[in-house]
Amino acid sequence: MRDALRALELDLRLIGMIGALAVIWIGFDILTGGAFLTPRNLWNLSVQASSIAVMATGMVLVIVTRNIDLSVGSILGFTGMIIGVVQTQFLPDLWGFDHPLTWVVAVLVGVLVGGAIGAVQGVIIAVLGVSSFIVSLGGLLVWRGGAWWVTTGQTVAPMDSLFKRLGGGFEGAIGAGPSWMIGIAATLLAIAVSLISRRRRAQYGFPVRPPWAEGVVIALLSVAILGAVLVVNAYPLPAPIVRRMLEAQGLASDGDLPTIAHGFAIPVLIALAVGALVTFLSSRTRFGRYVFAIGGNPEAAELSGINTRWVLVSVFGLMGALCGLSACIATARLNAATNANGTLDELYVIAAAIIGGTSLAGGVGTIHGAMLGALVMQSLQSGMVLLGVDTPMQNIVVGIVLVAAVYIDTIYRRGVK
Amino acid sequence: MRDATMPATHAAAAGRGVPLVEMRDVSIAFGGIKAVDGVSVDLHPGEVVGLLGHNGAGKSTLIKILSGAYPADQGEIRINGETAHIASPRDAKRYGIETIYQTLALADNVDAAANIFLGRERLTRWGTLNDHAMEAEARAVMGRLNPHFRRFKEPVKALSGGQRQSVAIARAIHFNARVLIMDEPTAALGPAETKQVGDLVLQLKKEGIGIFLISHDIHDVFDLADRLHVMKNGKLVGSARVADVTKDEVLGMIIMGKCPPAATPGPGASS
Repeated sequence: MRDALRALELDLRLIGMIGALAVIWIGFDILTGGAFLTPRNLWNLSVQASSIAVMATGMVLVIVTRNIDLSVGSILGFTGMIIGVVQTQFLPDLWGFDHPLTWVVAVLVGVLVGGAIGAVQGVIIAVLGVSSFIVSLGGLLVWRGGAWWVTTGQTVAPMDSLFKRLGGGFEGAIGAGPSWMIGIAATLLAIAVSLISRRRRAQYGFPVRPPWAEGVVIALLSVAILGAVLVVNAYPLPAPIVRRMLEAQGLASDGDLPTIAHGFAIPVLIALAVGALVTFLSSRTRFGRYVFAIGGNPEAAELSGINTRWVLVSVFGLMGALCGLSACIATARLNAATNANGTLDELYVIAAAIIGGTSLAGGVGTIHGAMLGALVMQSLQSGMVLLGVDTPMQNIVVGIVLVAAVYIDTIYRRGVK
Repeated sequence: MRDATMPATHAAAAGRGVPLVEMRDVSIAFGGIKAVDGVSVDLHPGEVVGLLGHNGAGKSTLIKILSGAYPADQGEIRINGETAHIASPRDAKRYGIETIYQTLALADNVDAAANIFLGRERLTRWGTLNDHAMEAEARAVMGRLNPHFRRFKEPVKALSGGQRQSVAIARAIHFNARVLIMDEPTAALGPAETKQVGDLVLQLKKEGIGIFLISHDIHDVFDLADRLHVMKNGKLVGSARVADVTKDEVLGMIIMGKCPPAATPGPGASS
């Protein structure tokens, strides 16, 4: 059994997190009498987690380099206001309402403004040598104030109709067919990557997993991806919306209504794509290698000729850009830009990264862990909402879980050494 | 007659020809304190030169100037007789100067191959990391240094002191170094591993690599070095061929700054 597990070369911490998630899900399902593990709840849960998950991927890199970013919630608030003003005031003046490119420009502006803010903070940290804790604490105040200042506190609403899809809802779901296509493409990609990597290792004469173990790993991956498709496709659109859709197409809306599935939500797909991209950056590129080397030993990285300042500025720039992207998701979901958007998000983002196994000492962390961490936290909150637990109590539970998770991780690390 | 029996590399080491490295009148100050003060040292191909001195004598600072970690305030560095501009570790590596630091300077959280290639990663044609090629080369170079090493997939913090040392050495010699700086290479090692490092030094010397050996262990230097430079309070006390001086005389140079007759005195020699 032990040998079999070793042959699979699975990440024990990852298995532990999935196990913890399973316990939380099944526990809430029992406590709520079966209201938790429904396609509807899981679908909403994943949408609610996506904004935090996007930022958590960047926070992993920040923490891995032995830094911290407390300003992400405020950057989200500020860029959200900019995005709102751009699509409700500037662009309509330019080309009218509901132009097909409005959402593209809004997203680009959000990502660029967020990236620029992050890069400026990164320069102050890496070049001027002010600690990231202080710079981002200052940023937390500055950008929250800035968010108010953009419209002197006025809420901007509603958002562009296409932009709104980035936040989910029934308009922001891609439907059953496209979900199957994405699911099958992702499965094939996962199989191809596994097999190519295996063949390359064999070519170099390195040890590879036994074939059965490779098969089990591929099977687990495929089941996870296709299972997710089955879940999102099992959540039908509500009847009044289906009726309205049929009426809009001039079809009769009386009699039996067809069942139309939600499919994957766009914000969830954005979060998954960001997760894949940042995972690629962190594990397959020089940039990622340098991020981890700096976290492991900043002096060694410097002596190896790595331009550590440039790497740090890039990490903070990326963090800011991801805040801009999360601002799009959060603003679209709310269908409004408010100056309070993203308040306290920095704590959830950091907590997601830490629960996901990122070490505050630097040098250690995974992107998928942080995304799972975001899902764990959202599951806790969502489950407590279903149970009718009030907000102060929710905060108490999340706080205790954070500390407990880090404690368990500490014990695990000691055991590994 | 004596020269005729010496290998070619030793003949070069005896002081003939253009030095591989020449540091002339190098100074650096930190906050008004001169850590290195007008020091001149040289190194020939195939030669091992010991740098001796107490803790704080300035030897590590001197070699950090050569390896690009600190820019010198004054002085000149010549490589093969030509003025070299070394402002960063990257510059030094371009001149073929590789350093094994006392602290090893390893990123503890990544594996041996990632450390060996840190800053000089092998890339695929798409510009991504070619981990397979790096692991294959790492296995080859580590096989030469430490044939029993198998732990290529583990972060180097999981390795023993000797294994970590091998990784640091592998990183220094894998890129065709012409000048190797070894800062206290045996400080953390047991007797067997120390002998292994000594054998490696002799082997690299045969390949024509010039080696600066920084040590406060006088026995190491007498075993391995051809010449030695002694520093005290940031200044050069003197230079000598190892064969011409005794250990007691060198101890006198280190402790009192007293230059024996067989040594060439420097600015730091007490009169």
